[in-house]
Amino acid sequence: MSDQETSVNITVNGQPVQAVPGEWVIAAAERAGVYIPRFCYHPRMSSVGMCRMCIVDIDTGRGPALQPSCMVAVSENMVVDTTSEQTRKAQDGVLEFLLLNHPLDCPVCDKGGECPLQDQTMAYGPGESRFVEEKRHFEKPIPVNSLVYLDRERCILCDRCTRFADEVAGDPLITFQDRGDQTQVNTFPDLPFSSYFSGNTVQICPVGALTAVPYRFKARPWDLTEVESTYPNPMGDRVVVQASRDQVLRYQGVDSDAVNWGWLTDKDRFAFEAGASDLRLKTPLVRGTPLGRFDPAGQELVEATWGQALSGAAEAIKAAVADKGPHSVAVLGGARLPNEDQYAWARLAKGVIGTDHVDAQLDDGLPAHAVIGLPRATVSRACAPGGTVVLLAPDPKEEQGTLYLRLRHAIVNDGVQLIELTPRATGLSHLAAFRLHHRPGEAAAVAAALMGGHIEAGPDGAIGGVAAVDVAAAAVAIADRSDKPITVVLGRPSLAESADFTVGAAAELSRFANLLSAGGRPGIAFLPALHRGNVFGALDMGLAPGLLPGRISLAEGGPALTESWGSVPAAPGVGARGILQAAAEGRIDVLILLGVDPLGDFPDRRLAEEALSGAGVIVASELFLNPSSARAHIVFPAAGFAERRGTHTNLEGRITAQRQVVTPPGTARADWAIAAELARRLGADFGFSSPEDVWDEIARVAPSHRGLSLEAIEAAGDGALVADSSIAFAPPEGITPVPAVDAYSLRLVAARRMYDRGTLVQHAPSLAGLAPGAVLALNPYDFDRVGVEPGAVVQVISSGGEVQAPVQADPGVPRGTAALGYNHPDLDVRDLVDPGTAVTDLRVQTR
Amino acid sequence: MSAPAPPDLRIITSRFEFEDGHTLAGYERTGGYGGLRRALTMAPADVHGEVRIASLLGRGGAGFPAGVKWGFCPPGVWPRYLVVNGDESEPGTYKDRLLMERDPHQLIEGCLIACYALGLSQCFLYVRGEMAHAQERLASALNEAYEAGYAGANVLGAEDFSVDITLHWGAGAYIVGEETALIESLEGNRGMPRLKPPYFPASIGLYGQPTIVNNVETLSNLPWIVANGGEAFAAMGAESSTGTRVFAVSGHVATPGVFEVPFGTTTFRDIIFDPRYAGGMRPGRTLKTFIPGGASSPWFFDEHLDLPLEKAAVDQAGSMLGSGAIVVMDDTTDVVRACHNVVRFFARESCGKCTPCREGTSWLEKILSRILAGQGRPQDLDLLMDVCDNISPGIKWPPRQTTICPLGPSAVSPIASALERFRGEFEAYLPAAAVSVATSSGAAP
Repeated sequence: MSDQETSVNITVNGQPVQAVPGEWVIAAAERAGVYIPRFCYHPRMSSVGMCRMCIVDIDTGRGPALQPSCMVAVSENMVVDTTSEQTRKAQDGVLEFLLLNHPLDCPVCDKGGECPLQDQTMAYGPGESRFVEEKRHFEKPIPVNSLVYLDRERCILCDRCTRFADEVAGDPLITFQDRGDQTQVNTFPDLPFSSYFSGNTVQICPVGALTAVPYRFKARPWDLTEVESTYPNPMGDRVVVQASRDQVLRYQGVDSDAVNWGWLTDKDRFAFEAGASDLRLKTPLVRGTPLGRFDPAGQELVEATWGQALSGAAEAIKAAVADKGPHSVAVLGGARLPNEDQYAWARLAKGVIGTDHVDAQLDDGLPAHAVIGLPRATVSRACAPGGTVVLLAPDPKEEQGTLYLRLRHAIVNDGVQLIELTPRATGLSHLAAFRLHHRPGEAAAVAAALMGGHIEAGPDGAIGGVAAVDVAAAAVAIADRSDKPITVVLGRPSLAESADFTVGAAAELSRFANLLSAGGRPGIAFLPALHRGNVFGALDMGLAPGLLPGRISLAEGGPALTESWGSVPAAPGVGARGILQAAAEGRIDVLILLGVDPLGDFPDRRLAEEALSGAGVIVASELFLNPSSARAHIVFPAAGFAERRGTHTNLEGRITAQRQVVTPPGTARADWAIAAELARRLGADFGFSSPEDVWDEIARVAPSHRGLSLEAIEAAGDGALVADSSIAFAPPEGITPVPAVDAYSLRLVAARRMYDRGTLVQHAPSLAGLAPGAVLALNPYDFDRVGVEPGAVVQVISSGGEVQAPVQADPGVPRGTAALGYNHPDLDVRDLVDPGTAVTDLRVQTR
Repeated sequence: MSAPAPPDLRIITSRFEFEDGHTLAGYERTGGYGGLRRALTMAPADVHGEVRIASLLGRGGAGFPAGVKWGFCPPGVWPRYLVVNGDESEPGTYKDRLLMERDPHQLIEGCLIACYALGLSQCFLYVRGEMAHAQERLASALNEAYEAGYAGANVLGAEDFSVDITLHWGAGAYIVGEETALIESLEGNRGMPRLKPPYFPASIGLYGQPTIVNNVETLSNLPWIVANGGEAFAAMGAESSTGTRVFAVSGHVATPGVFEVPFGTTTFRDIIFDPRYAGGMRPGRTLKTFIPGGASSPWFFDEHLDLPLEKAAVDQAGSMLGSGAIVVMDDTTDVVRACHNVVRFFARESCGKCTPCREGTSWLEKILSRILAGQGRPQDLDLLMDVCDNISPGIKWPPRQTTICPLGPSAVSPIASALERFRGEFEAYLPAAAVSVATSSGAAP
């Protein structure tokens, strides 16, 4: 803040302070080391000046006057006195007022010990109350949804939760009701606070009015041990993990300027429950005799020692390599592991076993070159004021909650224009400048028209189902703002169609990158939005066919890495679909599953089924037994989040630390150690004795990460961005245009919802019940055409199969399209997806 | 006592004597819509000019010159709106209600003139929820005005002047009388004052657009001003308080009611004691105290009777003329009960936003209730004053405030006034034992 031209000189308690123009006095004073007490002020929300606690003497030349420092911007020569007699009396008075109706039930309040009201009463309060009348009474506590309880007696009406719901989350479902001292926060009648972000209100509540059901009465703050860590989701949300008696009890968001601003989704915040589930694997399991002898023909999984399990796996791998060569071994998954664990498995697979049949994704994301081969954006770039965001991804509100919050803020407050290039409406649609909701499979045509400026409409006046006039207007809007960054959020908008269509659309958008970045303009960059926790780390660590650690291809990086690893695969392998096909055909003798469930997650369930039947020995490293790992021959119990150290890579390529706070259950181990131990039994010594050793090797051998030390990652605060990549984007060639939808059919969009059949959600008791019922959503205008009534349970038929589902009207689904949730507990959309077709067309009929 | 105002000085209550003054026929017969017709022959800027010349002060309470307020709209920002503040809810005030009930067309004509002067085409008439009769009268007057071509498309055949007037019923919250809270309510939100700056809705108001908010009485003056000229208006009343002003006198007087008097030259003594107005105290009673400008103003006493009904003079004497409500209390009044009555009103009407107002006013009410129930303690009187001080530091007039809007400090006025003047009456409510203990310890005189 030393730049004289962009700073404002003020005086705080006699000390000269240089403040940022436009900054609130409360923030400027805090940076200068003077803390002004506050309850309603929150730096990530607009000021409301409700609690009046931050009232201080401010003199702007007309004499000192009491003013709320959260609402007065600094001005030149302003004099602030936070210690004057007048200030002290006003603050005393406000605290006394706040405590009048506060129940002072601190001994039984979860907030006690970390309560701003408690702390500030001690620091600034009058010490005793002169109130002898009866306090206000409300029923306590009441649920505002299934995760959050509200105690209105404790509430001091600071407007933080209600502001968060309205301003930040965009779910204004809690509000003030009544007036005077009967004012209360509440939901609307019969309308719960059903927000994906409700847990944040608990975190920002300055008293114990809002408590989270999973944490109520579990611990006192002073008994918690905590570490700062990175939640393993694609955003890499920064969290504090708090535990007591070796059990994780709470995640709190950390305000990282680059990433999550302190917010978390409820799904991530409360997923810690799954870690403590009784169903966690605690000991290795092998298929064998009841005495624990490994026997591939054994009927059941029995407990075994690590030695038995590891030897069994090592022998199976040795036999497979000796019998059919290294490519008879394949590794699937690993996208949820920390970077170090991914690297260790990658080195084991590619450097020791010699197979390149390795894929962290399950054919439900995007090819690696579309992630690390395109110019990479950061979240902050996407949110840069005045810029443009093209959403070519599934609904971020459902899949990347904190990214949704950041984008929402940028659109609402910073004038970012959002152009949706999606097959259906998203949680941001009502804020979008242009909603180009295309027909499934036809994004590329719209993208080409959008960026190329060559608008050629079909006979219906539309391009890919989007009115040509809308595409033209959006194209003009992009051109008009091309002096500001253009960011494409790139994900897999629908799992009912081939990824090629999305990659094709990305190719169209990137074709004009050079044009857009000419003349010093920031141009276009891509922010990949994939689903699995550390999938970006997995790609960087080489858990993909044809890749080696450090964003380099097998062909290009092989020779250099051979020096460190001794060998690399002789030829590129295949991805998840190829691996499963090979397994189905009996060509895979050892299939290694790293925290992955092809039976549950692979888009082609029949192929996954055949593959698991056809594979020789299945080895799984898992937290839980899932449908796939239950069919494994050897199961390693793996350590989960907060049970091991490591690093995480987010969608920007930002690397941040993950730390351990509890011990893994039973004898569960970190994956890097399992991989290193297996390698040792296969005759290779990695020399790893800690995740730090693994990272040191990554920083030595991975070209994009070369020289990046853990110390540098720590020192960077918000983590270290890895930007280098020697992978080139490969535009797909010869995509067959999709056929027209016939007059009686609907084209399917299948995307994930926040709460689904996912392992963590289903093992967290607070979240498991939140998955919504399965419905087939249609445009209200399509009911007549297809001849069904809203609400009816209909027969849904495709070339892949048929299911039954209730059908519901949803104006966010374009005409001619139908939408279903993917990975849903009640309805498996994969029953409809035909792997032989590029898009999925449905017919619906009454039963 | 100054000379009685001649009857022809009545401007806006002149039709109160006609039974059909509220109908279009009655209104037109008595010269109605003449102002609008004249305005349409003038350039809009000239109409605005007449209002400036008239130096018409806002009649809602703050007394800000209407012509100046109109000039605050930022140039070139459209659309803009006119909002009529008919949410008259200050206890003791009922002049706007009568203006809306007895002469609704006059208000509508005023709205149309304001819209013409400012180039507006949309006006919202916000009427307090409880005023059912006024709403009915305004609704039927609006129907008549639309029917007769005064309102709606092409007012009186004018090619480029159309106005829609929308009647909006409030939901019954005192704070909505505050103009930014009124705008929030009009937008469908909870009626809570907006944060300032912006200080005037004229820059950012309804739906984020420039908005002129005027009081019912203010707008009702426009037909006369345009018909007779701003100078004729300015010639009436005092130099800085021009025209006439309508006051509502209530309480312990012989003939309570609404009286239109020359602004700034009439005194409190005139309006309370003149037989043409409130007619003095009830037989055999003497004046104890009176509230000069609505429940939120500090109280006045005998020595203030000769002050003119004029903003500056009343401000200087430590109170305000406010909304034109004079509440007279005679020697039978129990000051503690009166005080409690007013404070209870503010405690119930606090919107709940600022801590000192939300918690402080209801605490004051609880202490007063306790004193009235005979459970007072000697220290309660000082406690009352200290709580007041925490809501309005220094307990001065005009009040300083720890709150966003002046509602909280409004509850301070009656307590400060009553305790200063009638401390003995409060002490009389304290249980005898408590007083004697206090006296022996030297805490009370």
